[in-house]
Amino acid sequence: MTFTRTRHLLAAAALAMGFAPAVLHAQDFTGTLGKIAENGEIVIGHRESSVPFSYLNAQQQPEGYSIDLCMKIVEEVEKTIGKDVEVRYVPVNPKTRIALMANGTIDLECGSTTNNLTRQQQVEYLPVTFVTGTKILTRKDSGISSVADLDGKSIALAQGTTNERAVKAAVEELGLDVKILPVRDHAEGMLSLETDRVDAYSTDHILLFGLIAKSKTPDDFAVVGDFLSFDPYALMVRRDDSAFELVGKIALANVFRSGEIDAIYAKWFDPLGVPADPLLKSAFQLGALPE
Amino acid sequence: MGDFDFGVILNNLPFLWQGLQLSLLLTFLAVLGGIALGTLLALARLSGIKPLALVAAAYVNLIRSVPLILVIFWFYFLVPLALGRPIGGFYSALIAFVMFEAAYYSEIMRAGIQSVKKGQVHAGQATGLGYWQIQRYIVLPQAFRNMIPILVTQGIILFQDTSLVFVVSLRDLMTASSIVARTEGRLVEMYLFAALVYFVICFAGSLFVRRLQTRMAT
Amino acid sequence: MNYNWNWSVLFEPEYFGWLLSGLGWTISVALCAWVIALVVGSLVGVGRTLPNKFISTICTAYVELFRNIPLLVQMFIWYFAVPEMLPEDAGRWMKREMPQPEFVTAVVALGLYTASRVAEQVRAGIETVPKGLSAAATAQGMTVAQVYRHVFLPISFRLIVPPMTSEFLTVFKNSSLALTIGLLELTAQSQQIAEYTFQSFEAYTAATVIYVLIALTATIIMTILERYTRIPGYVGKEG
Repeated sequence: MTFTRTRHLLAAAALAMGFAPAVLHAQDFTGTLGKIAENGEIVIGHRESSVPFSYLNAQQQPEGYSIDLCMKIVEEVEKTIGKDVEVRYVPVNPKTRIALMANGTIDLECGSTTNNLTRQQQVEYLPVTFVTGTKILTRKDSGISSVADLDGKSIALAQGTTNERAVKAAVEELGLDVKILPVRDHAEGMLSLETDRVDAYSTDHILLFGLIAKSKTPDDFAVVGDFLSFDPYALMVRRDDSAFELVGKIALANVFRSGEIDAIYAKWFDPLGVPADPLLKSAFQLGALPE
Repeated sequence: MGDFDFGVILNNLPFLWQGLQLSLLLTFLAVLGGIALGTLLALARLSGIKPLALVAAAYVNLIRSVPLILVIFWFYFLVPLALGRPIGGFYSALIAFVMFEAAYYSEIMRAGIQSVKKGQVHAGQATGLGYWQIQRYIVLPQAFRNMIPILVTQGIILFQDTSLVFVVSLRDLMTASSIVARTEGRLVEMYLFAALVYFVICFAGSLFVRRLQTRMAT
Repeated sequence: MNYNWNWSVLFEPEYFGWLLSGLGWTISVALCAWVIALVVGSLVGVGRTLPNKFISTICTAYVELFRNIPLLVQMFIWYFAVPEMLPEDAGRWMKREMPQPEFVTAVVALGLYTASRVAEQVRAGIETVPKGLSAAATAQGMTVAQVYRHVFLPISFRLIVPPMTSEFLTVFKNSSLALTIGLLELTAQSQQIAEYTFQSFEAYTAATVIYVLIALTATIIMTILERYTRIPGYVGKEG
């Protein structure tokens, strides 16, 4: 007993004296971690217009709530593999993000992606970082206050989003005659609304507030209706790569547990006047797993 | 949307310039790759080896039947899946362009190779040169020279085609202009500006081709 | 990487319906644009060869302008920029009241773009008509209009059938750009199926096969047309 214990102590001492990094080579890591260690870079998929989660700022650099959280994960990755890594950004949109994750182009998706079970056949998710749902954005004077009012009107929907399916399902259920304009992303959806091409645009309610905030005439628009879907957001990682997933979970648990999340949340959502939902606070608490 | 605003173009000039650089780089590399692969395809079709010629012909006709956008989708999503490792958006797009344009370049090179007089090939054979030596020293140099104007014209078309990387969000001139147009709400300015830049470059290119043609004709 | 093959997904009523509707849009856009391209392209092509400097300059400008700007940029200008440049009422009409705005915009953009390429073929066709023929016609006392009507056009239109085949095929391929303005044509539908089912291979293969079939059909039609329009004894230029 004592003998083994001494050996453990010796091993610990060796680690403490800095031998460990010399022993850990890139090939000691597999999957995404191995790839990051080998290339010295991590590839982050970001969105161009998901305000305030992941979007391009005035310098056309990605920033936002999800990007900040991802930087915490990058730090944790650096700690794990014992060296600094470069961050390379790749723009993704709702149509491309899952394919690009599945085929290995991006290592971590930092956007505004709903975690659902269908998508989990292709990709894996880290703990929930935001809770939202589908609502409708319209002009205040449009007379639209719920899905039912869309009858005979037109709405833009971003292809490949959960919102697209939620609105289409609601429209079908109510038997409405709605003209749907498929758009590529939120910016194009908002553009269609601003240029009066459509009467409404629909996506997750929090993103709608973000779009209003970035609009030149925020007072003209309103978010209306009930939630048409439940959309818990999570950062996306590759499937079947539990080592990398664990690093992500550790980083997020640390952020949730330490309360850092409150500052990050405030930084991005206070300007929109959106306080943290009780449901979201519970999600943070549940994600704050002990060490 | 108010009056024409030059400021939005000036403010975003560095970003747009980066986009144009990506367009030009993609064009340059795809022209080189496309001509190289296209020449091999053309040689395969003219090789006289039946299976080889058939495969090359099938490839060329297949690619020439489908839209470039579909080819970009194919390669952008499926090449990394097939290789089992990621190669990045730029390289996926580059591979798609090389594979696509090679089909068009192969037709040009085939015509170019056929424009070289048979007698020269026979003369090469008579002096004891092998197949590759004849191609390398006699046929291909002349085929290239005869086809230069058409090769450059195809290059101009390719440059226009690179705007289609917009569908996969690769940040070329078109995508960059679009991003600015949407975030700043300046559609008219940005799309007209993009049109002007493409026009100036392509028109200059076509004037260059015309000069080449007159010089070669004399 | 392992991939779960599932070809049956293409034959599920929902997705099969998407492919069919995509094919319908592709054919509609291509054929309508082709009509515009033939009409405008013929006028512009003939215009370039006319002795009238003013008309020929305008027609040359048309060809250079539409040929040297990528189709995607043109499509965006028609769709996004033109309605904003028009008076408010007209712009709003384009965006809202005009029936099928995405379809109409795609047809106009593709048609006018293709017209510049057709015009070049028409001009080339007219220029290959031997000078002696037109000189002889003029000597007979024919006016410029009569020379075109009885000499240039009948010969050149039959000469340019082969090169027009490839332009005709190009229209079908280029109609895929309509997806960028929200028209769910064949390529867009195949991508949508890929995204809903995650069966990308199958979805893109389906679209590829359909495009190849379109190309084969179009080639056969044009070959038949070519046989009927060929001028006996007139070799013409090989495509």
